[in-house]
Amino acid sequence: MSRLTLLFWQLMVAVVALSLWQFFATVPVFGRMLLPPFFFSTPVDVASQIYKWFATGVIWKHLMITLWESVLAFVIGSVGGVLVGFWFARQPRVAAVFDPYVKMMNALPRVVLAPIFALWLGLGIWSKVALGVTLVFFIVFFNVYQGVKEVSTTVLDNGRMLGMSERQLTRHVYWPSALSWMFSSLHTAVGFAVVGAVVGEYLGSAAGLGYLIQQAEGVFDVGAVFAGMFVLSAFVIVIDFGVTLVERRLLVWRPAPVARD
Amino acid sequence: MDTVQPTAVALDEATVAFRLADARVYTAVEKARLSVAHGEFVAIVGPTGCGKSTLLNVAAGLLKPAAGAVRIFDQPLTGLNRDAGYLFQADALFPWKTAIDNVAIGLEIKGAPRAMALERAQGWLTSVGLGAFGNRYPHMLSGGQRKRVGLAQVLIRDPKILLMDEPFGPLDAQTRQIMGNLLLELWTADRKAVLFVTHDLEEAIALADRVVIMSAGPGARIIGDWKVTLPRPRDISEVRMEKQFHELHREIWSVLKDEVMKGYAQSSQAAEAS
Repeated sequence: MSRLTLLFWQLMVAVVALSLWQFFATVPVFGRMLLPPFFFSTPVDVASQIYKWFATGVIWKHLMITLWESVLAFVIGSVGGVLVGFWFARQPRVAAVFDPYVKMMNALPRVVLAPIFALWLGLGIWSKVALGVTLVFFIVFFNVYQGVKEVSTTVLDNGRMLGMSERQLTRHVYWPSALSWMFSSLHTAVGFAVVGAVVGEYLGSAAGLGYLIQQAEGVFDVGAVFAGMFVLSAFVIVIDFGVTLVERRLLVWRPAPVARD
Repeated sequence: MDTVQPTAVALDEATVAFRLADARVYTAVEKARLSVAHGEFVAIVGPTGCGKSTLLNVAAGLLKPAAGAVRIFDQPLTGLNRDAGYLFQADALFPWKTAIDNVAIGLEIKGAPRAMALERAQGWLTSVGLGAFGNRYPHMLSGGQRKRVGLAQVLIRDPKILLMDEPFGPLDAQTRQIMGNLLLELWTADRKAVLFVTHDLEEAIALADRVVIMSAGPGARIIGDWKVTLPRPRDISEVRMEKQFHELHREIWSVLKDEVMKGYAQSSQAAEAS
């Protein structure tokens, strides 16, 4: 399929879905409304809500808050995950001691931490950042740990025979290998950073996309809930695109996956 | 050749053993006695799994012998062999570095300034025929090209000893011949002691000054040592046509064949048992 036809069909899916939605929410079938607007709103209402948000500019403040929380959660979680992952992988004894606790903490559904973080850190951005960090940290941690553990022994031996000290091995072999694993988890990590921020906002905050959705839900404004969801998806897609660009730049040395038509 | 030079690599009754998972001890190589003179090209040939690579790893200092001694230029070897460059069978290039960075790294870690390291690396890439490929990453190169980069990576450090573990094993027949000729050309220009492991007897005779035969494992021993007096410079594909080559090949093969059959029988028994 050429790019243009692909784009056409992708657009068609949206057009058809939205038309059906609009149709069943406004035209009664056999005397009944299949999608009562009170529960399902309509695409037109949702669109006008989104337009209103952007026209008045209220949305920017919320978007910026959510973006800022996600970025902080991502950066802090990643840095922590890389450092601890590296440390554990190079010090198997430390890893063995902490192993059950790491597993325990990772098994904990992170949502239950939200009230604790709200208590400790207040209703500002930091309780959301903390929630995002607990999600991002483990993804990056496990990947970096794996990456350092699975460095090819041949490449390591080669480094040693070329005369590398332990320090140079860390810099030239372990580190790039760990980073490549970290980047392969980048999309997931960024996604989780946003999830942490939005869920945190939803559970208690005064700003952000999660807050916006929660407020609309509180007054049964289904149109605004859907509008919030659409803005959120668009937001995540834009961030994900940014990640793809960064990834392409940093992982040029990796063979591209074989594409098939 | 100058006889005052000390022996580059000397294995004296070196025994290598591994502890298996079930706590039994597997003796890979038993009482191996081997010496490589300065500037001499020695090939080790043996059946698959006989411990040729193990012997090489001992000479490299990557493995410690359970008994016996390793001497490098008459000094007992402790830790890694700093005089040796090692060309691995598997891909050993750093995949995150470009070809030129892969070659330059050997100098950079010694503290050479980057500009100088890159210049020398470019020189080495040119001499292995990859002058225009410096900015490619390993995955963008063919198997043969990667081996060339590996050769440059090892040689830029100017090691006195070159250890090669079936370096051309994964390559196709034509590329192997080309690589063999390239190796001989580089070696003729600057004679290093070479210990070259292969399972290909023809390759061994075509390249080496001496061919050493190992028995089938476990407890592999060195069971034969032949001098190859074919004149140099040699061309790998032409030298195979010579009468002397055939005679030597027949002679060595008569010894090697039994070991190959033994090794084959053992590995099929092991496969049945497991």
